[in-house]
Amino acid sequence: MYTCSDLKKGLKVMIDGEPHVIAQFDFVKPGKGQALYKCKLRNMITGSLFDRTYRSGESFEPASLEDREMQYLYKDESGYVFMDQKNYEQIVLTEATLGDDKYFLVDNMEVKILIFNGQGIGITLPNFVNLRVTMADPWVKGDTAAGNNKPGEVEGGYTLQVPSFVEQGDLIQIDTRTGEYVTRVKE
Amino acid sequence: MSPASKNEVSAGNWKLALKKSNLAERARITTNIRVFFVERSFLEVSTPHRIPTNAPEIHINPIPSGDWQLHTSPELCMKRLLAAGYERLFQICPCWRQDELGSRHLPEFTLLEWYEAGADYRKQMTDCEELLCALVPGNVLIYQGREVILTRPWERLSISDAFSRYASISMDDALVKDRFDEIIALEIEPHLGIDKPLFLYDYPVEKAALAREKPGNAKVAERFELYVCGLELANGFSELNDAAEQRLRFEREETARRRTGRPPRPLPEKFLAELSAMPQAAGIALGLDRLIMLLTNAEKIDEVVAFTPEML
Repeated sequence: MYTCSDLKKGLKVMIDGEPHVIAQFDFVKPGKGQALYKCKLRNMITGSLFDRTYRSGESFEPASLEDREMQYLYKDESGYVFMDQKNYEQIVLTEATLGDDKYFLVDNMEVKILIFNGQGIGITLPNFVNLRVTMADPWVKGDTAAGNNKPGEVEGGYTLQVPSFVEQGDLIQIDTRTGEYVTRVKE
Repeated sequence: MSPASKNEVSAGNWKLALKKSNLAERARITTNIRVFFVERSFLEVSTPHRIPTNAPEIHINPIPSGDWQLHTSPELCMKRLLAAGYERLFQICPCWRQDELGSRHLPEFTLLEWYEAGADYRKQMTDCEELLCALVPGNVLIYQGREVILTRPWERLSISDAFSRYASISMDDALVKDRFDEIIALEIEPHLGIDKPLFLYDYPVEKAALAREKPGNAKVAERFELYVCGLELANGFSELNDAAEQRLRFEREETARRRTGRPPRPLPEKFLAELSAMPQAAGIALGLDRLIMLLTNAEKIDEVVAFTPEML
């Protein structure tokens, strides 16, 4: 069982018999008062989002989910197709299930597919992926100040903030868990 | 394109570099705070961060350090200094509270505390007004797209009026149903100090373990909280210096702590022994990180400290 102090973004818990993931989390505590745990929960099957606030002392059942290693094959009308390389079984995930993770899928990428009652309901990508910058303002020469950033777009259409020295054509590393820029990859 | 391998993870920490201007601002503001208090004849002190025991408070959990604890606030030592005849004191120091981690909380955070003999909570409200005005030339603050006017006097709202104005149930009801803190956090706080800072004052005495009762009304303690843009910034009160009453309140808190299964702690006996020598005084703790958030327009506390626990 989890307690309130285990709650954090990404934790998967069972609520009313269905797996839910904490989509947003904040710890709230009025001056010298009781701790409150504000959660935005996503039902992992229906995708519906709702708010709930818990108080210390409550406990949560971990979601009983199976994580299977699979390989990303391709995208077609049915959705994003993955294959278990041991038994060649295929599973399809919808765009809604993938969310922003769809931007980081690379052909033949090895991922973990989350399975509940035989149905694919989520994905865990490798922590880092390298993608090429397709759009970014040119570097203004002399702008070397640390901390300056600008918008950039990578292949697949994902947009993010990148440091000012990153230019179109560069290969950059992105943290798939946060969607944030990590570093420029030397080629 | 290809999945990246782990050893490609970066040289240099870009996220840390992003904080450079906030951290420079933090250093500048901290210096100005010191100047503010020194000019007003407050003595800066540094009390031990590791102490035998903290004041028992049901909703504040100290972090153990050997047989002792890290302090959750320098309050006890500061008051012992008051009792020894030091009249105006301030301290800026790290404090620790277990499991407090959120967009406005870190388990290690920085408090600015100041204490003044002969003062009461009203004087400290004025101190807050003067401090912020001194830190913000022009007296206008832009925080998360909102303009806050700092010109004095700021708004003052009693807790019971705040309940009638914003809450779905009455304050007495909330106290009976143990929903007082929840209603404050979820229904009241978001409205406080939006265009102008606001003092929420006169807390029920059971919500102020170390504060003096209001003369003529034993149900209410002279405690206040300062809010700016819904952000709780400081907690101050007229200090309780009746040692017998303080012991009773500590025993009540300690009993409540043990009832929730937490290990028993001794009471801070040296503090209690010296408390009756403490003159009438007022004391306040201001969350320095949150003040820096306001002054740098930072949405999250992580943006104004160099390292958060997950970065270590």
